[in-house]
Amino acid sequence: MTGYTATVTVRLKHGVLDPEAETTQRALERLGFELADLRSADLFELDVDADSAEDARERAEEMTERLLANPTIHDYEVDVEER
Amino acid sequence: MTVAVLQFGGSNCDRDTVQALADLGIDAELVWHEDGLPADTAGIVVPGGFSYGDYLRAGAMAARSPIMEDVKAAAEDGTPVLGICNGAQIGCEASLTPGAFTTNRSARFQCEHVHVRIENADTPFTRAYDEGEVIELPIAHGEGRFEIDDAELADLEADDRVLFRYCDEDGETSDDANPNGSKHNVAGVLGDHDHVAVLMPHPERVSLADIGPTDGRGVLRGFAD
Repeated sequence: MTGYTATVTVRLKHGVLDPEAETTQRALERLGFELADLRSADLFELDVDADSAEDARERAEEMTERLLANPTIHDYEVDVEER
Repeated sequence: MTVAVLQFGGSNCDRDTVQALADLGIDAELVWHEDGLPADTAGIVVPGGFSYGDYLRAGAMAARSPIMEDVKAAAEDGTPVLGICNGAQIGCEASLTPGAFTTNRSARFQCEHVHVRIENADTPFTRAYDEGEVIELPIAHGEGRFEIDDAELADLEADDRVLFRYCDEDGETSDDANPNGSKHNVAGVLGDHDHVAVLMPHPERVSLADIGPTDGRGVLRGFAD
């Protein structure tokens, strides 16, 4: 078994309104910054012991689909690295 | 025969719901989620509140608690199930009902009275009303914006599974009358069956004549025989 860290990024699907991101962008603009757009996302780091990186990825994907993301509104990506 | 009003850590509309049902002469009891459904459960309410502190997403944790598997099985067997506010978020997170309730367009918690139009009066929870009737209900939520894929929404509408829409007092579903930016002003939807429904407004808060209007009584009457 090897230790891996699976980094899961969960973000709203393209086209789904993100009022918190819009509010954050407006706050940055009020501070004098210029930016074209701002997107926010949730990031989870999962430390798992697995036989292979692929096994670690599969488990992280299952956890994401069962709980971390809501497929109605979210897309996600998983990156796996040895820890 | 009893209506089980579920309690999770952070539920806070559970006792109001029991009281409103009792006022209608409907036997109801509080059921802590770890205790499972009573054997004589004749109906289920997933009440409002802030279960598990709204961690991750409103309703996400409670939706994956073991009792929700029992709720799904009971719903399949014909037991009426109603999710109110946080219960609506839990219902969608548990896939009892389609779509998702997410952050209000305002990005703020909103506590106000709104008007909703009855879109389908042929369900247990709306048969006390006429189709097109406008009632006034309170909302109290930060994550009540109904989101769903456009194609799925078209299917829902074609199947007459949109139960309530936000509207003005004349029944017009304008953008101004949409408190939270819900797609097509949707305030409540049906699951796969007419006896499984969720809505963000609180019918139990306008059900006791002693404290004011009773526009919400008809929704809870869905649990009467």
